[in-house]
Amino acid sequence: MTASEISFFILAVLSVAAALVVVFGKNIVHAALALVLTFCSVAGIYVLLDAEFLAAVQILLYVGGITILILFAIMLTSRISGGGVRILNEQVGVSLVVVGGLLLLIVSVLWNASFAGSAPPPVQTTPYIGRLLITTYLLPFEVASILLLAALIGALILARKEKE
Amino acid sequence: MIEQLVQRLYTLSATWDIPPLVVQLLLMVVVAVIIILFVSVSVMFLVWWERKISAHIQARFGPMRVGGWHGWAQSIADGIKLILKEDIVPQAADRIIFALAPMVVFATALTLYIIIPFGPGLIVKDLNIGVLFYISLSSLTVVGIVMAGWSSGNKYSALGALRSAAQVVSYEVPLVVSVLPVIMLAGSLRMTDIIAAQEKIWFIVPQVVAFLTFFTAALAETNRLPFDIPEAESELVAGFHVEYSGIRFAMFFMAEYANMFTVSAIAVTCFLGGWRGPALVPFLPEKFWAVFWFLTKTYFLIFVMIWLRWTLARLRVDQLMNLGWKVLLPIAFLNLGVTGVVMVLLG
Repeated sequence: MTASEISFFILAVLSVAAALVVVFGKNIVHAALALVLTFCSVAGIYVLLDAEFLAAVQILLYVGGITILILFAIMLTSRISGGGVRILNEQVGVSLVVVGGLLLLIVSVLWNASFAGSAPPPVQTTPYIGRLLITTYLLPFEVASILLLAALIGALILARKEKE
Repeated sequence: MIEQLVQRLYTLSATWDIPPLVVQLLLMVVVAVIIILFVSVSVMFLVWWERKISAHIQARFGPMRVGGWHGWAQSIADGIKLILKEDIVPQAADRIIFALAPMVVFATALTLYIIIPFGPGLIVKDLNIGVLFYISLSSLTVVGIVMAGWSSGNKYSALGALRSAAQVVSYEVPLVVSVLPVIMLAGSLRMTDIIAAQEKIWFIVPQVVAFLTFFTAALAETNRLPFDIPEAESELVAGFHVEYSGIRFAMFFMAEYANMFTVSAIAVTCFLGGWRGPALVPFLPEKFWAVFWFLTKTYFLIFVMIWLRWTLARLRVDQLMNLGWKVLLPIAFLNLGVTGVVMVLLG
């Protein structure tokens, strides 16, 4: 076993275990903190796949941005930060259909995918990602930025209304 | 020299049938021990230095007795005291998170030393994503701070943690935007490439605006005065670490000083030419002067941080947010745009 194989198994177990805590944790702050661990382990797996840029952005956005905002919201909501929140509901039938459909989708994608890695990974991924974003994938990139801008303006309008 | 030694180690292990994994682990442990030693010694020096500078700014002497000469052993005595102190966990605390929080903060501070280029070849790992590694990992510190503040079960701690989260999220944006012009000029995120790009002129000359915004945002990221509202002792007792004592408090304390060093080192690398500098006495090796200049510049920036702390008053929460979003961010974006236009015009 090589070092990267051992690291992969540690990271894989960590990310799945932490994800289970996120879903089944009774205390919502623990769940949010376990989410941090999940994101970090996934970033570690990206590093093992030579996608350093993706790993750094994963930690920067998901841990540094989104999880912090989640924690912020939890701590400002006194009723749920104490723990003992109900984590299950009664919608078993609907969720079974949704989960079944999602499972079918994932399995069908994995069934048809080929994992034969032919080309060696590039030495530096950052310039490729940058170039692709402003050439081949320019349209999705711009659509995403307009979506974010709309969300930003929407948040501003909501915040202003409350003040008046 | 170091690379040859490592290579010899690998060939030796191959002849003795030791798997390369063992050698890798051994090397990691050695590097980690070196980093921890450097951080501890550096932190002890910085604490003593800060106390001396603050004392002289306030027309006092500061520590004078322990160790004889200007109280040089004061930090060592304080460290021993902190280790020997009783470890108190409050009854209302969430024990696991309470214990993990200082480790998260301290481990993050240590990990960032991986990318600090002390001299040619004297960098633990010259990552492709260099600066981005610093930006992304430094945001983990705030997770530790929020953990500490929430798990203490104390409203002052929780308020400190909330303020810290708001502050770091706000100042991360100008921090990233003010590093971008440097990355554009250097054409790389790698630390050694950024230093190599400053062969003709240090980036502080064309990018003085970026340097100022970076340094201000970095001060806020390390929770130093005038941006230390997360621990504002006059209103929040001590903020997120009110309930911590003994070695756990020491870990927060060490992490703060370790982060000051990291931030200054990144600023030196990006703006002040890294390890570049003239050889003052010719017969010493080149590597010595590289490390000498790197540490001199870094400790000078730390001195500026200490100087600012004991000169400026603390900002109010709303002033802090205004400065971040309405002053620093527009300036940083303007600078980024101007740099781009000038680069296109000059080809």
